[in-house]
Parts: sequence; C-alpha cells; structure tokens
Amino acid sequence: MARMKFVCDAERCIECNGCVTACKNEHEVPWGVNRRRVVTLNDGVPGEKSISVACMHCSDAPCMAVCPVNCFYRTDEGVVLHDKDVCIGCGYCSYACPFGAPQFPSQGTFGVRGKMDKCTFCAGGPEENGSQAEFEKYGRNRLAEGKLPACAEMCSTKALIAGDGDVVADIFRNRVLRRGKGAEVWGWGTAYGSKQAGQPAAEGVKS
Amino acid sequence: MKRTLFVLSIAVVLSACGDKPQELQTNKHDAPAYTGTGKAFVNADWKAGDKGSWESHLKARSQYGMNDYTRMN
Repeated sequence: MARMKFVCDAERCIECNGCVTACKNEHEVPWGVNRRRVVTLNDGVPGEKSISVACMHCSDAPCMAVCPVNCFYRTDEGVVLHDKDVCIGCGYCSYACPFGAPQFPSQGTFGVRGKMDKCTFCAGGPEENGSQAEFEKYGRNRLAEGKLPACAEMCSTKALIAGDGDVVADIFRNRVLRRGKGAEVWGWGTAYGSKQAGQPAAEGVKS
Repeated sequence: MKRTLFVLSIAVVLSACGDKPQELQTNKHDAPAYTGTGKAFVNADWKAGDKGSWESHLKARSQYGMNDYTRMN
C-alpha cells in the first residue's frame, strides 16, 4: 500500500463546509479548535476557488523536525500522529506547518495554550485502538474500523479525496483527463513533493 | 576492614551522582490500524489483523466511495 494522502479538488469544492462539520462531529472537537477548514481564494471575484485544508500528513513533515520533545511519529501508512502525553504545547509545530494545521485549545493542561491538536487522518493516536482514552484525546480511529477519514467520505461533491496515495492520484488524474482542466492541486507539492516548507527543490527533482 | 568500609562508603556516596538516562522516548508504540478496534461500528468487509484484506478493502472503499466515474458509468 502506498502512503495515505489527501487531495482537494478546487474545481469541485463548493465551500459547503461539510468536511469541517463532519470532522467536528466525528471527533467531538472542542469549541475553538478546527482540525479542518475551508479556505476561499479570491472570494467574491468570478473564478474564486475554495479548498479544504487540514494536516496533509507530509512526507517530510516540518512539525516533526522542529518538535523539541519528539512527540510526533509516523505510522506505517504515512499518517503523521502525535502523543499528547509528550506534547508540551510550545507551538513550534504551528510556526513550522505550511498548512496551519496545529491547533491549541485554550482550555487544558497549560491554560492559554493547551496540548496541540490536529487532524489525525481519522487514525487516532498512541492509545489503544478504539478505546475511550483514544477517543477523548484524539478522536475516533476510523482507519482501524476499516473506514476512511470522515471529511472525505462526507464530501458532497467528492472534492476532498482521501486514502491510498496511488488510488487518490488515479481518481484525480481521471477527473482531470475527462474535464480537461483543473490539474492544479494546492498543497500537494509542499506536502508530498520535493519542495518542503519553502525549501528549494533538489536539483533535477520534480515536485 | 577500614579499606573495605572506605570503598563501600565511597560507592554509596558516588551513587548519588548517577543520572537516569534522558533519551527521547519513542512514540512508535501505536498499534497498526489493520489490527482493528474489536468494537462495534467496524466495517465488516475485512478481517481484523489481516493487513492485506484491510489494504484492499480501503482501496476499494476509496474507489466506490470517491470515484464517481466508476459509480456512474
């Protein structure tokens, strides 16, 4: 299996925020924390585009690189997760992330800035799969239930695709070929390509 | 006798200078997703613990859930 990836098709996203709602509901995310959100570019201008943004579970995740307590880990499927028992809420990951994924609840262990919370690709955390402890800290573990992330499965226009990288790329490629436009995938190169977090691409490598 | 006592006392005193290892702990103790949850709400189309069936199930789920060209045509 290839690694898990997200693709947001800007040609299809209608800014309904169904993905945001699905995520909030599935994981009972507290008020003020948005693991996923919809961003509209050129809002109100003809040709505006919307994209659904969350943690992209980068191939070379900058959050993992900057974390001073090494609370991040990557699963065999390429999902970037973190251990809230280790996180100290310093916020370095928030500065490093090109997608603004890390969230900091205002209530919790450290008061104003609590332990970091982010999209888990519906894969829970280091607690026992499907346990109450896992649900309370990280939300539901849908991957262990044989399901895909709730945001993508609830997307009404199927703009947001999630799953095995080969499969999602194939679905998107097929769409682009049929409609003949809209091949741009925002964030794909930053998350999965060679251009990582503003660094120049290695010579001779395409992102 | 005196020498033994001296060595023992030195060993006891110096033991306070010991330090616990401070290596960064590894977080890679998460159970793989294909092992399942053992709870209700699990999709029944795959066998918990079988990595191959879990992977093929998720691939199929992506195709019939998100690829509307295969669904409609």
